[in-house]
Amino acid sequence: MDWTHRIAGLALATLLPAVAGASTPKGMVEVREEVLDNGLKVLLLENHRSPAVTFQVWYRVGSRNEVDGKSGMAHFLEHMLFKGTDKVAPEEYARIIRKHGGRSNAFTSHDATVYHATMSRDTIGIAVELEADRMVNTRFEEKYFAPEKKVVQEERRMRVDRPRAALAELTNAVTYAVHPYRRPIIGWPEDIQRMTLEDMKAFYRTYYSPNNAFIVAAGNFDGEEMLKKIRETFGKIPRGTEPPEVGLTEPPQQGERRVLLKKEAQLPSLVMNYHAPNVGHPDSYALDVLEMILSRGRTSRLHRDLVYDRRIARYAWAGYHRVSADPTTFSIGAQAMPGKDIAEVEAAIDEVIAGVRDKGVTKAELDKAKNQVAAAFIFAQESNRGQAMRIGFYEITGGWRRMNEYLGGIQGVTAEDVRRVARRYLDSDRRTVGILVPQARKRS
Amino acid sequence: MKRWLPLLLCLVLAPQAAAFAAMHAQREILPNGMVLVTSEQPALPIVAVQLLIRAGSRYDPGDRHGLANLTSRLLTRGTPMRDSMAISGLVEGMGAHLGTDSGRELATVSLSILKKDLGTGLALLGEVLTASSFPERELERMKQSLMASLRAKKDRPGAIARDAFRAALYPDSFYGRPVQGSEDSLPTLDRNAVVEFHRRYYRPDRTIVVAVGDITHAEIKQKLNDALADWKAGGGEPDAPVTLRQPDRAPVRLDRDLAQSTIIMGHEGPLRTNPDHYAIRVMNQILGGGDLTSRLGEAIRNRRGLAYSVYSYFVAGRNAGRFQMAMQTRNESAREAIDVVRAEIERVRRDGVTAEELQDAKSYLTGSFALGLETNDDIADFLGQVEYLGLGLDYVDRYPDMIRRVTREDILRVARKYLQPEKLILVVVGNLEKAGLQN
Repeated sequence: MDWTHRIAGLALATLLPAVAGASTPKGMVEVREEVLDNGLKVLLLENHRSPAVTFQVWYRVGSRNEVDGKSGMAHFLEHMLFKGTDKVAPEEYARIIRKHGGRSNAFTSHDATVYHATMSRDTIGIAVELEADRMVNTRFEEKYFAPEKKVVQEERRMRVDRPRAALAELTNAVTYAVHPYRRPIIGWPEDIQRMTLEDMKAFYRTYYSPNNAFIVAAGNFDGEEMLKKIRETFGKIPRGTEPPEVGLTEPPQQGERRVLLKKEAQLPSLVMNYHAPNVGHPDSYALDVLEMILSRGRTSRLHRDLVYDRRIARYAWAGYHRVSADPTTFSIGAQAMPGKDIAEVEAAIDEVIAGVRDKGVTKAELDKAKNQVAAAFIFAQESNRGQAMRIGFYEITGGWRRMNEYLGGIQGVTAEDVRRVARRYLDSDRRTVGILVPQARKRS
Repeated sequence: MKRWLPLLLCLVLAPQAAAFAAMHAQREILPNGMVLVTSEQPALPIVAVQLLIRAGSRYDPGDRHGLANLTSRLLTRGTPMRDSMAISGLVEGMGAHLGTDSGRELATVSLSILKKDLGTGLALLGEVLTASSFPERELERMKQSLMASLRAKKDRPGAIARDAFRAALYPDSFYGRPVQGSEDSLPTLDRNAVVEFHRRYYRPDRTIVVAVGDITHAEIKQKLNDALADWKAGGGEPDAPVTLRQPDRAPVRLDRDLAQSTIIMGHEGPLRTNPDHYAIRVMNQILGGGDLTSRLGEAIRNRRGLAYSVYSYFVAGRNAGRFQMAMQTRNESAREAIDVVRAEIERVRRDGVTAEELQDAKSYLTGSFALGLETNDDIADFLGQVEYLGLGLDYVDRYPDMIRRVTREDILRVARKYLQPEKLILVVVGNLEKAGLQN
């Protein structure tokens, strides 16, 4: 799959893995790129099919940029950006967008912090002004920070107080020894508890500047008008100092890691994270095809084998986080059917993987995956927000132009490529296995 | 008998909407009794087709709860021509989606597909609707899978709380029971029951078809006639009126070892036909609608940091309605959060709303209306509900006026009439000892 994983802050609808552009060459999306003098990049995708405009500001900062002891900073800061500026009262941002018939929200991922609003063509200028204002004028006041800390803590409880989410968080933490992807986006509870207003201010000053951000707008607007508005607002903001690079590389894994989580739950489940390359690596296309062959639809290998034929799993899935700033994971997971042993499920997954590694995949499977990608490319054009998200995630991870290489890259994948990447990356010495072991409730 | 009721409507999206091709919808009752609603959206070569069939769980016979859902899920699991995997393989090979689902009133079948594959997709749709064979082995698989889902649901406090709330609000009614049935009822369901349910209720004269996308009304009508030639009317028995008994208002407290308490509060509400519907919508928008700028959002989240998410809504159906709010807060603050919600309900009943709140809510509800109609599926969902609820195809034109007409006096009146603090049913799922909510 791609970037729809790994996001905290709001529930994103699953967006189809494809790009946009109705009248451009097949598989290409015609994005207009401009860079302002202060370093702010602007990416515009005009589409006069629907009435609305999605306007997004992307900051090149996510949990990836945090340091130990300060996890959750990027996400907490995202919350603080709704606490007002010199001109706009706390929580007023959302209210202003709403009363002009628009919708707004924000989210934080490992790689980015994103603020987005969807409005009509004649009101979208309001969102542009408000976003420019809070890029530099956000106010940090203790009386708004303290209750917001409680909100973030509630958000963490809501997201992690479920057995499978807790397993994913724990397994992820063991998958990486060095790289910051090991930390949860929302942060560890004690880190959130210790966070101070000064931390927030410093993080904001370091990472929120026009040269560390870019804009994506998609939908029904006039490009010249939009650029003019952006120049009048964001254009006035001075360039900031360049933020530090992350520059951490995960050392090669030598041997499987295993972790158990014992928690009150109905059914056991497991997750396996294999280290895998990210977008930009030539193998990433074949890995995407491998993910589809393993887990997209009822006829995919994992579903057919574990769920349908053997009936040992309630569900089974694979997820490849391809559009990622740094090398990433190819994950496989399953939940056992009642009465079934999770070890049996794990063995069955290993057999499915061995099947691809030893015997490869069929032409029919390959064609199906390619058809799915081609169709998804067309369906994805229905949603302005989906298209803007896709442009943004590609831009964060190495440039939006890579998006236009995707369809061709997938079409070029051969059955041998799929087998080769399965052998290379689905190697048990390079994986971390997390297992949820259900416990009866402990009475205190 | 052939009746033509074509209606055209223009969805006025915004003053500048002249720049767009207007959204047209057309409606016609076909000879077999099926209602066809279409909207041509030629921008992309794709089509969304949705069927709404009066075959929901209200038609589960006796105590065979879950039969409607089982039937709906087995629809695509085998025909005389294709087995379960062949059906899925055909759909997935086209990069299409074919799904079935069941609610309390309606079962739905939905198809999203490239225009070039529409003929194949509709032929398959016709095949599963008219010739589904419900193989015994697929039935056993599905029952096993549904039993496992019921088990897994126990890990989801939100689902537990919603089920408990419904059970209390609608005792002894299909509205109060999960569509999926129960661990007691599922084992009693057999193939004969499924076949009979399908024969009785999956009929064109119980069905609304909505088609949206790169296709004309005439084209889709022709294709549906071809694909569904064997589908015969015959499900004409009138629905028994829905009677609901008084809710069980005793608080429901379910003890679970969780860090948060999941809280639902609510009571019965008016039907969709109630003329106060629009005033209620605006009132709820201010009280607990949408994002966190509502009064509940302000009081619970922004001022006190008690919850990440809090909202309220009215569900107004054809036969039942309800008011419901939900939030999650750490166990220790559950009582405080409940008190704050009660106080906000009391406040809007006592003081009504300000002119500014009213204006902002109306602007949002009218202005954002079109934002939710972006994809073909969005439009098909919308048109399906408009037809099912009998709102008329001019609803999109009327809606903004109905909202704009609401006054502060209306808000105060509907708040006092339809928010009934003394009737609130409280459901809490969490660590009751820490919450101080033990029985």
